[in-house]
Amino acid sequence: MTAIASEPGSTYLTAESTIASWLLTKDHKRIALLFFASVTAFFFVGGFAAALIRLNLIEPAGTLLGPDLYNRMFTMHGIVMVWFFLIPSIPATLGNFLVPLMIGARDLAFPRLNLASWYVFNISGILALYFIIAGGNDTGWTFYAPYSTLFSNGHVIAAAVAVFVNGFSTIMTALNFVVTIHRLRAPGMTWFRLPLFIWGIYATSVVMLLATPVLAMTLLLIALEHGFGIGIFDPALGGDPLLFQHMFWFYSHPAVYIMILPAMGVASELIPCFARRPVFGYRGMAYAVMAIAIIGFFVWGHHMFTAGISLFSGIVFSFMSFVVAVPSAIKVFNWTATLHRGRISFDAPMLYALSFVGLFTIGGLTGLNLATLPIDIHVTDTYFVIAHFHYIMVGGTVSAFFGGLHYWWPKITGRLYPEMWARAAAILTFLGFNVTFFPQFILGYLGMPRRYYAYPPEFQVWNVLSSAGASILAIAYVMPLVYLGWSLLRGKQASANPWHATGLEWRTSSPPPEHNFPRTPVVTDAPYRYNPEDGSYVTQDGAANG
Amino acid sequence: MLIPYLIAWVVLIGLLGLSIFTAYLPLGHFHPLANFGIAVVQAAIVLAIFMRLKDPPAIKWVFAGAGFFWLLFLFGIGVIDYLTRAGFPS
Amino acid sequence: MASIRPEAQYATLEQQTETAQLGMWAFLATEVLFFGALIFGYYIYRIAYTDQFILAGHDAKLVLGSINTALLLTSSVTMVAAIELIKRNEARRAATALYLTALLGIAFLGVKGYEYLQDYYDHTVPVLDFVLKPHQQPPVELFWLFYFVATGLHALHLTIGIVAVLILAAHTRSGRYSAAYHSPIEVLGLYWSFVDVVWLFLFAAIYPIGRAG
Repeated sequence: MTAIASEPGSTYLTAESTIASWLLTKDHKRIALLFFASVTAFFFVGGFAAALIRLNLIEPAGTLLGPDLYNRMFTMHGIVMVWFFLIPSIPATLGNFLVPLMIGARDLAFPRLNLASWYVFNISGILALYFIIAGGNDTGWTFYAPYSTLFSNGHVIAAAVAVFVNGFSTIMTALNFVVTIHRLRAPGMTWFRLPLFIWGIYATSVVMLLATPVLAMTLLLIALEHGFGIGIFDPALGGDPLLFQHMFWFYSHPAVYIMILPAMGVASELIPCFARRPVFGYRGMAYAVMAIAIIGFFVWGHHMFTAGISLFSGIVFSFMSFVVAVPSAIKVFNWTATLHRGRISFDAPMLYALSFVGLFTIGGLTGLNLATLPIDIHVTDTYFVIAHFHYIMVGGTVSAFFGGLHYWWPKITGRLYPEMWARAAAILTFLGFNVTFFPQFILGYLGMPRRYYAYPPEFQVWNVLSSAGASILAIAYVMPLVYLGWSLLRGKQASANPWHATGLEWRTSSPPPEHNFPRTPVVTDAPYRYNPEDGSYVTQDGAANG
Repeated sequence: MLIPYLIAWVVLIGLLGLSIFTAYLPLGHFHPLANFGIAVVQAAIVLAIFMRLKDPPAIKWVFAGAGFFWLLFLFGIGVIDYLTRAGFPS
Repeated sequence: MASIRPEAQYATLEQQTETAQLGMWAFLATEVLFFGALIFGYYIYRIAYTDQFILAGHDAKLVLGSINTALLLTSSVTMVAAIELIKRNEARRAATALYLTALLGIAFLGVKGYEYLQDYYDHTVPVLDFVLKPHQQPPVELFWLFYFVATGLHALHLTIGIVAVLILAAHTRSGRYSAAYHSPIEVLGLYWSFVDVVWLFLFAAIYPIGRAG
């Protein structure tokens, strides 16, 4: 079977080059790049807010921003990072690019819907920029009633509308992925031959479809109450502010799984490739992502332990939160087992993947602390929680995102990035991340509340350490921007399969042609057929290379 | 060709009448359940017959059912708090 | 725009049309959760404030609500008739059935508008001159808040459906669809019947409340 070399012929990048051919494209690969531009822009908007927050927290009096501006800053940081960066990051960029390629299809099921999703995302982005520039919102990304509905004088409605519209983009993308994975798999691509990245995207998309509409309704009610006095959560009418929290967290807890499942999918692609071993327990991994997606809907009350729900329901939610940790743990065990006796190479994607596993594990374990009712009473609404979710979402998701970006960079751009710079960035990210966020576990445990612009002086040392770490992290995040950008102009040309990987995406040129494959592939093999003895491999369409 | 749909229509109108009728019965606390139950039956008829769920591909059942099934989680687990919380309604 | 040839990513036209329907089912699942979340809140309050909701329900217009239910159920039949007709290549009669469907939908909106007007005169519109009747407590307003948000959103979805039906009716009349290809009509039919399903649950929640003594 002949290897497919990359050729200077027509690729999806060169097929047409007018602006209209990009802005009106139906090609999932181009749409992925469009999304990549949008989410990167918002990453820096959210990052800018984070920078100001960390600068403010260098000294206890918090005079840099002051109370009101600080509230608006962490609200902006949360809203932008959650909805305009984390949720779309891997699915709308890597997912859009790779789903059809990995399953052997020529595009997604609904290409125009895909493009529309990008436009809707940008409309929501403009609305978000509007509410930020107009002065922001001080309710926190969680929009709790009755503050958001009755008392806040920030731009609550604009923020709620921005997120509401953003939700449509999420739903459109998710719908496309679910239907595509069901219907457009190449011959021989059975469910249990799908790459785990596809399982991750599939599980994520199911969660997106089922959870996001509840957020839409919740925010709609908030906007109606804030703007028109439609007081569904108003205690004066007998309304229950906790009803808001039940509805909000019914979405927002699954939302965190939306943010981590794609990252897990990326890790499951990278680790087998760079350990040159099949993933340990493929079926367990597939079942585990689905289990996380489903059980993740049962645990939302663990955000409300101290809000006033009954003790009995607290116990139920605590129990379910322990249960949901099990499939995640299984995945960590299986990634580790995949490494065992592997032929490991420490290229940048692997460094990011290993980072992911370690940091996700720490974040996940501290989730168990939080799920324990008596401990939660002590650490809820403190920096312990902040450290917990940043370990998962930044240490986890962002690491995996960068790992995937580097891994698939040759496929997407046809260029190789400079490996040494990438490894340096990966290591710097890991170090900077831990210096930023580990002190926050300590701060939380010592009692520093979250969302406070000022703090008692005894917390200063840890805060300064955290802010110093943030500056290292900032450098580590800017570095890829520089050297990846450089590689577009001066990087070496990539072959079709520079990593000697087994997925179908590596069986076409780098970059791929417009319709992905010259001929529809026929799948004959399971994924990850790597041999650690000599590093050889068999691709999913049966080609034995190397 | 329209016969099955017309029969379904008659049944649905009949159930509508039943729902109105139950409003005048002294069902006490079972009122919401009775009316909701009738709505469930009506919805099932619309889904199966008018929306042709019976026809292939079978995966449609999963898509159709998923939303309703998921609502069971929201209702079922959410209501635990309301049934056991002392402070609401105040 | 696919006429008789499927798009590049599909092997056959049948695969494409079945996939389009599956896509609509996926979208409808999101709508179930959208309205379901609202109805969840409604039933929580209804259980908590049973007596007040019964008092509030006295002013719900059962006759108008029932007429509306019948209108929508009938429109589902005309919608399905349109699909059956186009499957037999009877484009003109299919278009007529579609226009009838839209008409029934517009009739629904007309009745609803009239009902809203009556609600206004009865002082049961929150924020706009809302007045509690004797024996009524503030939770009565919660009933009416749900009523307007739920039926308002439903009416919005119905309006979108009506516009789509009218557009497709015009296209059908001009011969764009045939037995060989009429996927958009089938897909719209799913949406239309689903809007019907939502109404069935809203009707059950709102109208047959507490008229027993």
